[in-house]
This record gives sequence, C-alpha cells and structure tokens, in this order.
Amino acid sequence: MKNMIKMHQLIGDFAENKEVAKKLREEIILPSLSEGNEVILDFEGVEGATQSFIHALVSEPIRLLRNDALERLYYKNTNDNVQSIISVVYRYMQESLAI
Amino acid sequence: MKIHFSNQGNLRNFQAFVRSLDFSDPSKLEITTHDKWITVHPAHLVLAAALAVKVGKQNAAILGDIPDTGRYLDRMGLYKFTKTPSTFAYSEKEPAGRFVPLSEIKTADDQSCFIPEMVPLLHLSEQNAIVVKYIFSELVRNVLEHSLSPYGAIVAAQYYKKTNRISIGICDTGIGIWKSMRENWQPKTDLDAIRLALTPGITGTTRNEGGSIENGGAGLFFTKSMAKITRSYFAIYSGSAEYTLLKHRSDIKGTPTLYADPFRDRHTATNDAPAFEGTLVAVDISLDETPELTALLNIISQVYDDAIKERKRAKFKGPKFI
Repeated sequence: MKNMIKMHQLIGDFAENKEVAKKLREEIILPSLSEGNEVILDFEGVEGATQSFIHALVSEPIRLLRNDALERLYYKNTNDNVQSIISVVYRYMQESLAI
Repeated sequence: MKIHFSNQGNLRNFQAFVRSLDFSDPSKLEITTHDKWITVHPAHLVLAAALAVKVGKQNAAILGDIPDTGRYLDRMGLYKFTKTPSTFAYSEKEPAGRFVPLSEIKTADDQSCFIPEMVPLLHLSEQNAIVVKYIFSELVRNVLEHSLSPYGAIVAAQYYKKTNRISIGICDTGIGIWKSMRENWQPKTDLDAIRLALTPGITGTTRNEGGSIENGGAGLFFTKSMAKITRSYFAIYSGSAEYTLLKHRSDIKGTPTLYADPFRDRHTATNDAPAFEGTLVAVDISLDETPELTALLNIISQVYDDAIKERKRAKFKGPKFI
C-alpha cells in the first residue's frame, strides 16, 4: 500500500514548520512505514525546505527503521533545493548510524 | 541598562558595540545615540527592542538629542518599543528602502506567517530570497526551540543597495547558549558554549551523532557557512561571550574553505563581554557572492559529514600493543 502526502497543502511554499513535520512523522510516516507500507512525499509547489524541517520529518524513521525507511520513503516533484536538503539529511543520518 | 548607537554600527565593529553595553541596572533601558550621525545594524536594533520588551515599554526610553539620521530608528519601529514618542515626521509615500522592521515572533505559527510576508519587503531575486528565507527560518526556530524565552524572537533586516548586501539580526532574552548546552555538553565558559553551538552536528538536546528526533545540530553552522561563502560577517553574542566571523579576504580567490571548528575560521572572540542574558545572532549576506542554495548546501554538507566522521573516528578504540 502507498500513502501519498501532498506537502504544499500542509506547509506552503517553504517547508520550515517543524510542528507540521512532527505531526506528519508521528501520525503518518512512522505508522505507515512500520506497517510495511510505502510513503510518498509530494513536494510539488514547494520551493525550499530547511534542514531542520527535513530532519524532524525523516530522521527518526531512518533511525528506528533503518533500511526499511530508506527503501520505502519516496520523494516526488522535488526541485534541486529540496533534493539537496533531503540528501544532506540522508547522508549524515547514515553516516552517524553507520547504515 | 544602557545602549549607545554610534556612527560605526556594522559587524566589523560589533565587539566594540558589545563592550559599550551596560547591563548594570536591569530595571530600565536607556538608549542614546551619537549626536550627529547614527549607523546601526539590524543586530543593534533587535538587541535594543528585545531588552525593551523585557523591561516593559514604560521602562524603556530613547534619550538625548537624536540627529536627523535617527529617523531610521523610527522607520524600523524602535520607538514603538519605548515610551519615547518619535519626533520624526514623514510621508507614508516617502521611499522607505528595502527593510524588514522590528518584528516579534513567539510561535512556530507566527514564524510560518512571517516568513512569506517578510521576504517580499526585501525585493530579492528568487535565488536570493530562498537563502534569506532559509537563514531566517533556522535562526528563528533556534530561538523558539532553545531559548525558553516567553518573549520569543525579535527580528529585523535591511538591504543595502550600495554594497548589495542583506543584514539580519535576531535576538532573544532567554536562557542563553551556555544553559542550553549545559545538560549534554557541560561547556566551561560561554565562549566554549558558542564554539559547540557553531560546530556541525552538535546540538544541546543530545550527545548522539545525527542529533535527536527534532534537532540535527546544523542550523547555526549552516548560517555561519553561508556568511563565510558569501565573504560576509557573522556574529553571535550570549552570556559573556562574543564571536565574530571576519570577512573572508577578497584577495584569496575561489570558494572559502569551511571548517567544522569555528575557531579555525578568521575571527575575533571574547569571553569577558558584559553578561547578556539571552542570545543575539547577526549575519550579513553579500548578494554579489551568493551562489545558488543547492551549491551552498553541497559545500556545507561535505564539511558536516566530515565532522561526524572525525568525531566517530575519535571514539574508535586503538589496538592494544604490548
């Protein structure tokens, strides 16, 4: 099963609100991944994001579920800025967890 | 408390400004200015406004004869934080320049409303706007999460056409960096705490590599790095410590080298400044030197990764040679 999250509807043009990130992480991302589902984060219309937002969104799923999270989390319609930030968080999380 | 606005208010002289502060009477705030000319950085204004909020409007005043350039204090909204009425009159149609006046942000929702409203005031290109949004977002979030201040963050920004530069100031009167680092890192001094706070991957919320659930320990490092790459100043003041990243020398070509340890950067620092209960962060971004955010992040993240690797290697056990 796939769960799609339309990020722009929740965070607007610029993804910085960590309260929203926390809610998404706790209510959708972690439960879905834990049940073996895929999660697709659709960033259409989002022009940028902070490292803090992406960290709050996905670092805990990666820390808890390791490869299961890395394999089943997808990012759709990301521009270069958002891709860069997500890549930064992926790199340092895997580096720090030695995945 | 006393603050004096001189005619040399830029980040190059930030430590001199800090040393001139007087926090001896915390019950009131007196703001004075140079009698002929005032030059202030947004950092000076946010500090004055944050202290005014803390002591209460009725206990904050702008004193003495204010020169004509003092109208800038009015345009930026400083008079509204004090009991002193402004003597400056101007038409609302008068060109106001490109600035973000003093603003208070107390919650994450305030921040989410402020960011999209603030950037159009600076009339930036899309490429520069996203860098400024990034810096504001990370610095304000730091205040809201770590300062424990009931007053939130005071922010302001100014675009300088002549130098094509954005200057940003963000201040809180919360617990300060040393207290937010104390539980997990036990820094000996305020300056040690600032050094830790500027080191990539270190957050006050955990000693774990990769940070905690909510914090990666990258916000201040990213901001300082953006200032360095754009050959600009960055300053931070908390407790008795002040650190200023000096402008990268213009005769050294190529992208400035980033270091995980802020003390390896060209800087000035002191640990005996007047003790400020809170945190003030100031940053300049030269728009002539600003690469795309993606390029900035790629450079910065490499140093971040290397810092984690180095700290992990430092924990490795060595072979037992006997």
